[in-house]
Amino acid sequence: MQQDAASLKITRDGEILQVEFTSRKILDEGNIAEIGDALGALIEGELRPRLIISFAGVDHLSSAALGTLIMANNKIQGREGQLRLCDIAPQIYEVFLITKLNKLFHIYPTIKAARESLQNHGRSPFV
Amino acid sequence: MKQMQIQGKCKQNGQAGLPPASGRWCGLEIPSTLSRIPEAEEAILRQCEKFSYTDRDLFALKLALDEAIANAVKHGNKMDSHKNVHIKYRVTSRRVDVVVGDEGPGFNPANLPDPTDDGRLDCPGGRGILLMRAFMNNVVYNPSGNSVTLTKFNESPRRFVSRNVAFG
Repeated sequence: MQQDAASLKITRDGEILQVEFTSRKILDEGNIAEIGDALGALIEGELRPRLIISFAGVDHLSSAALGTLIMANNKIQGREGQLRLCDIAPQIYEVFLITKLNKLFHIYPTIKAARESLQNHGRSPFV
Repeated sequence: MKQMQIQGKCKQNGQAGLPPASGRWCGLEIPSTLSRIPEAEEAILRQCEKFSYTDRDLFALKLALDEAIANAVKHGNKMDSHKNVHIKYRVTSRRVDVVVGDEGPGFNPANLPDPTDDGRLDCPGGRGILLMRAFMNNVVYNPSGNSVTLTKFNESPRRFVSRNVAFG
């Protein structure tokens, strides 16, 4: 199932929601409030949100965007959900390293790896 | 957006360790609205592209401009539409200098907490100055803290070619 909210492309795969940005520069200061509202509504619509945010094609990120991701993560944690980030370009990943937010977020190289991580989370190794 | 060329403001930079600056200062003003930030950034980045700045330089500069101008709009001018953000910039083949000033009372950047402390990682704000300092070669606030000067060097190996083209 696919739906679009603001500048996000949202795809549901079972219990997992995959979020992609529809514009390369969507995380500019001027646009981030809209993204934050859309993410917030998405999270509040789930009992235990399991979310993957893909940064494929994103080539810019401000500290306001980081703040929006942190607020989304806090909301998800508050609902005992899980958040994964993936497909982050090297220069954007550098922003996560400088701010040490790579310690806060679970970051995966690909959406496939992020999805596998969510599917295996909390599952008994004997199942 | 008001744009002007500021004559007579060009001078050699006296800061130790920085390449010499030359060239003409340009100035622009934007109202305290986040949606007006991209046009100010684009005016400066367009100049940089003429001098073969690398993609990495442009990424760094856009990031730092985003942070500096957004801070001026949000924290300096408190989004007051009657107040403007004042930007001066000078782009040469070797370096970019940008001064971003607001009409607020200023602040002391030394008083800000470290956003990389483990206990503060889940706080949404307070990373703009950290990023400016990480991506720029020099970041200097004026004594009252309502104006910041950003300096970024051109890392492109082609910068000298561009200079010859630009200045003959």
